Amino acid sequence: MRLSGTDLSVQIGALTLANPLIAASGCFGYGVEYADAVDLSTLGGVAVKGLFLKEREGHPPERIVETPSGMLNAIGLQGIGVDRFIREKLPELRQLRATVVVNICGSTLDEYVELARILSDAEGVAALELNISCPNIKEGGITFGCSLHGTFDVVNAVKKVTPLPVIPKLTPNVTDVASFARASEEAGADAVSLVNTFLAMAIDIETRRPKLSNIVGGLSGPAIRPIAVRMVYECRRAVKIPVIGMGGIASARDVLEFIIAGASAVQVGTANFVDPFIWGKLLTGITDYMQRHSIARISDLVGTIDTTSREKQWISS
Amino acid sequence: MLVDVDARVIRNTRLSADYNVIALAAPQIAEATQPGQFVMVKSAGGGDPLLRRPFSVFEVLRSNNRVEGLTLLSKRVGVTTKILYDAVEGDAISCLGPLGRPFETVKPPTEAWMVAGGVGLAPFATLGEALLARGVKTTLFYGARSEAELFYLDWFKSRDIRLILSTEDGSMGDKGRITLPLERELQRAAAEPMIYACGPEPMLEAVAHVAGRFNRPSQVSVERTMGCGMGGCYSCVIPVRDGAGSERTRPTGSHYVRSCIAGPVFRGDEIVWD
Repeated sequence: MRLSGTDLSVQIGALTLANPLIAASGCFGYGVEYADAVDLSTLGGVAVKGLFLKEREGHPPERIVETPSGMLNAIGLQGIGVDRFIREKLPELRQLRATVVVNICGSTLDEYVELARILSDAEGVAALELNISCPNIKEGGITFGCSLHGTFDVVNAVKKVTPLPVIPKLTPNVTDVASFARASEEAGADAVSLVNTFLAMAIDIETRRPKLSNIVGGLSGPAIRPIAVRMVYECRRAVKIPVIGMGGIASARDVLEFIIAGASAVQVGTANFVDPFIWGKLLTGITDYMQRHSIARISDLVGTIDTTSREKQWISS
Repeated sequence: MLVDVDARVIRNTRLSADYNVIALAAPQIAEATQPGQFVMVKSAGGGDPLLRRPFSVFEVLRSNNRVEGLTLLSKRVGVTTKILYDAVEGDAISCLGPLGRPFETVKPPTEAWMVAGGVGLAPFATLGEALLARGVKTTLFYGARSEAELFYLDWFKSRDIRLILSTEDGSMGDKGRITLPLERELQRAAAEPMIYACGPEPMLEAVAHVAGRFNRPSQVSVERTMGCGMGGCYSCVIPVRDGAGSERTRPTGSHYVRSCIAGPVFRGDEIVWD
C-alpha cells in the first residue's frame, strides 16, 4: 500500500503483504467478527483462530483474567474445525478480500500434514502459521515447539505437502528461542512468528483458588513487550528468513520498535480487544514516522537497530 | 453501526455507597442501542485497567426530542466500576458499542414480566419503554438486599409499569428471593407473559426453571467475564444445548457459544446451567 509516497508493503517468502500489520491468531476470531470495525482488506494479514482438524470445545470458564498491563488466557483452542472453517468462514473472508493466514494445530505430525493438505486445496488461503506454541493444551503442538527436533520435523513435513508459505509460531517458554528459529529455517520455513504467550498463573488469595479453570494460562499484553522485543532481536540475528514479531503491541511506536529490532511484519492481539479501531491509527502512526525520518519503504527499517557505541554527548544546562 | 467514542460525563448520580448512574455523551451509540444491548467501557486515559468491561445500556437520554447520550447503572465492585463511581462531570469514558443480541420484544396481548436482581435492573428501563411503546402490559419484579438498594422505583411507577418487589431482609416487598413472588403471580395469573430476566446467574437459572415449570418462555441476559465484546477472544462462553438437527453430537449435548455475540440475551431453556 502506498500512502503519500511511503511504501508499507512487506515480503514474507513469496507472499507480499500490503503492510506489516497482521491480526494475531486467537485475538481476532475468524476475522469476520471484526468486519464492522475494520476493512479487512486494509490489513497486511488476518491470522485466524487456531484450527484443528475437528471441532473443539475448549476449556470451561473462567478463561481469562486481567493482570498488570496484561491478561492471562486459557481458552483451550475452542474452534470449529477445518471443514466448517472452509465452508462457513473462508468464503466470507474471500469476499472481504482479507489476506488469510490460517493458524493450524495438531496433536500429531500427521494432523499438521493433513491440515496443510486440506488448506492448500482451499481457495483464499495466503499462508499457514503452525501453532507449535499454545501453552494451554496438553495435546497441542507445544510438544513440537519445545523440542528442536520436533520443530524441525513438523516444519519439514508440512513444507513437503504445501506450496503455501509456512510460518511456525514460536513459544517464548524455552531457554533459547533463536535456536528454534534456526531449526525452523533449516527445515524450510518461510518465516517465523514470535512470541506466543508466556506460561503464567494468577491466584485468588481469599479462596486460594486459581483464577483460571485451567490453573495456568498464557500472558499477553504490554507486560510482555520488552521480552518479546528482545526475542525478536535474537531471532533476527540468528536467521535470514523474515521474523514476524508480536507481544503487547498497542501503538505505532511499539510496531516500529519491533521492526527496528528485526521484525519484517508484526501481529497485534490483545490491543485489538481494547480498541478494534486500532488498525488505522497504527498505519497513520507508522506513515508519520516514515515521513519524519525520510524512510520510503518500511522494509528498509527492518533490523536497523544501532548498537554501535557512541561518544557521550554532554549537554550543558 | 459500531462506534467507539471518548464520551464526556454529563453527570454522575451516586445512588448509594456503591451504586451510581453515570450519564455519558455518546448519542450515536445511544441512538442505535436496542434494549438488552451493551457497551464496552474503560477509562479514556488508557492504562489501567487494560481491558474494557461490559455494561448494559440503562437509559437513553433525550432532551428536546434529541438523543444526547446514555446512562449506565453500575455497582462498585472492581477497578472499572470504581472509576465509574468516582467519575465527575467532564471526565471522559471510552465507550464502544452498541454490542450484543438484544431482547426480543413481545406484542399485545402477551404481557411482559421483567425480573431484575440487584444491578440486573440495568437493561429494564429501555426494555420497559420499548414494551410500553408497543402497548404491552409490563410488570417489573425487582429484588435486592434491602429497601435501600431498590432504585428508580418512581421512574418505573410513573411509566405505568407494575412493580412487585422483594428484599432479602424483608424491608420492602416480599422477604426472600424474587422468584417467590414470580411463582405466586404465575400461579395466580390468567396472563401468559414473556419472562425477561437479568441478575446474578443463580437467579437467572431459577427464573428459567420457574418459567419452564409454568410453560412460559423466558429470555435471560447473562454476564460472563468478557475480554472484547466482539467475538474475538472466546472468553465469555456459556454452554447451550445442541440444537435439534445440529451436526453437533457431543456426549454433553451442549456446546459453548460466545455470550458477547450469541447473547448476552438467550432463551432461558437454551442455556445449560453449570
